[in-house]
Amino acid sequence: MNPLALEFKKRATASVADVNRRKLVLTALSKFEVKRNEKVAQFKNWQKGRELAAALKWDALENLAENLELLVNNLEKNGAKVHWAATGEEAKNIIASIAKEKNAKLIVKSKAMTAEEIHLNEALEKQGFEVVETDLGEFIVQLRNEPPYHIVFPAMHLTRYEISDLFSEKLKSQPTDKAEELTMIARRVLRDKYIRADIGITGGNFAVAELGAISITENEGNARLTAALPRVMITLIGIEKVVRRMEDLALFLPMLATAGAAQTISGYNTLYSGPRKSDEIDGPEEYHVVLLDNGRTELLADPVERDALRCIRCGACLNVCPIYKTIGGHAYGTTYCGPIGAVITPRMRGIEDWQHLSYASSLCGACTEICPVKIDLHHHLLKNRRIAGTKTPVWWQKTAFKIYAKISNSPTLWSLMTKFGRLGQKLHPLIKGTKLDPAYAWTKNRDLPPIAKQTFKEWWRMRK
Amino acid sequence: MVEDAQMNDKSTILTLIRHALKTPTHAETAKLKEKYLASGKPSVEEINSILPPCGATFEENLSIFKKNADDLKADFYPVKSLDEAIENLKKIAQAENWKLIATHGNGDLKTTAEKLGLPAIYTDKKYDVHELEKCDAAITYCDALVAQTGSVIVSSRTNKGRAISVLPPHHVIIAYKEQLIPSLPEAFALLKKKYNGNLPSMISIITGPSRTGDIERILVLGAHGPKKLTIFLIA
Repeated sequence: MNPLALEFKKRATASVADVNRRKLVLTALSKFEVKRNEKVAQFKNWQKGRELAAALKWDALENLAENLELLVNNLEKNGAKVHWAATGEEAKNIIASIAKEKNAKLIVKSKAMTAEEIHLNEALEKQGFEVVETDLGEFIVQLRNEPPYHIVFPAMHLTRYEISDLFSEKLKSQPTDKAEELTMIARRVLRDKYIRADIGITGGNFAVAELGAISITENEGNARLTAALPRVMITLIGIEKVVRRMEDLALFLPMLATAGAAQTISGYNTLYSGPRKSDEIDGPEEYHVVLLDNGRTELLADPVERDALRCIRCGACLNVCPIYKTIGGHAYGTTYCGPIGAVITPRMRGIEDWQHLSYASSLCGACTEICPVKIDLHHHLLKNRRIAGTKTPVWWQKTAFKIYAKISNSPTLWSLMTKFGRLGQKLHPLIKGTKLDPAYAWTKNRDLPPIAKQTFKEWWRMRK
Repeated sequence: MVEDAQMNDKSTILTLIRHALKTPTHAETAKLKEKYLASGKPSVEEINSILPPCGATFEENLSIFKKNADDLKADFYPVKSLDEAIENLKKIAQAENWKLIATHGNGDLKTTAEKLGLPAIYTDKKYDVHELEKCDAAITYCDALVAQTGSVIVSSRTNKGRAISVLPPHHVIIAYKEQLIPSLPEAFALLKKKYNGNLPSMISIITGPSRTGDIERILVLGAHGPKKLTIFLIA
């Protein structure tokens, strides 16, 4: 087994045993589900919304090159500077060189999955910049030095007691068991950072080609402050985020908020088109937009799996996934976890290394059903399994299936084997659950289903 | 060096995209596109046939906006005149013990600030960010109100900047009757017309006070932005 798969298994096993953590996550997600269903019900036609959102996003992708050129032209017209990055390394170099050029010391950051994807913080910190996450959940996991647990709710795996202890230790604050007080501690600490920061870095949810503007969705106002106070603003955004028209946002913004956060629309949806204009008093003097490929064109090249590029990163598929609910966000070991992560990671980072994620699914289809842009997630996982199967034939599996084919193709051998099987199952309890058991991997925590007392053929013969 | 690499990256990425898209997409997605986009991009009506309902008359939209504002824990006051708004504001200022406020522009906002009788900083002139941070409230105009979602739209043109609508802990909005728009698609259509070819650097759709649920999914208002959002609609 490849080492990444082994690690995945180890982490998953450990988090399955962490019952309290699972309870916390499960309670949060089941409450969320009730609220989300209420919000979905307020739509006049949610299902049509999913179809139209899928059609619009696909239309934008089908003309991706033209849309990107239009976006870039308009952004430049608005006074922004655009950078193209084929890889994460490129993107990190671009951002670090802007920071160096501007003599920056302190950088504030609002939540950006693209930055997680390329490990931007580590790269900037290594070069001596202080990088502070401003989204409350991200701020908490940054203090803990761990990656976000969930695309939308980064710190959902922590209790307020754990967060209070963390703040006491790192921020020297008084312990409290109130979420509100904890939030205010973070607010106070971060206010000072926004004001002192030289650069603000954000992600982006949509890039509107016809306007030359980036749309950022958030609830806390931290991205608004990140974009308002520092003298330089940088947005790191995946190339697949392009939509054509401003009005398309009228559909996407409510779909994103409803599916992802059980809100009709998020607290702040803001369009940024450039640095401050001549008639504006504040805002950054420079606006840089970094367009990131990093494996996205690879995904686009597959005529079926390219559907996954429609993803608007709402996290809805994580919230309903029985595997995610059980093993949690850190077990995956990837930036994008849950069903969408299991679909896109093998394509973006190598199928040999990450194919094991295709099996982290019960194929129940709950993810596909909730996805606001109708990505057929569980069929993509199935397809990845098939590709993984053809790409890495293991000699013993091939042999085993050859033997199985021989047996199942011969009625005599088949009936002989079922008889043996029944005998074997009678003797099985002697070794069941011990290391001598050839089915140990299965039987250590499950039962084997008993083989029927008689086969259909035997029953048919008896009947006459 | 960096410039060269980026030029290369641009043409590499665009070439990869064009190459990838030579293979047509599969039938399921193509069918959806055919179904919805064959006769052009969706209209305002089509998008509204999906989204939550909005009203047909001003009164209906007013009551939808009010309900949404309540749900969002924003304070909404439909008032008859600016004077009525100022009377209410005086009570709020007293209750919250305001000492310093921020505002911009002239006209009604200037009148409001003067009648409140509190020291004010004007962010449409050069201002000190530390001073703005000390303000107890910001009083601003807006571009539109959206009934369907209970949102307020502001921009860096209308407010002359970005920080005033997010830095002080209480954001007060003065809006007018014709600014109440039934739905989000209509609001976008309006913005597009209003700013055609000359976008402000920031347009923000604000829905309720700043909020977070990042700690045990418990709702807390005022995560980083305003803890309170008060909207006066003069109609």
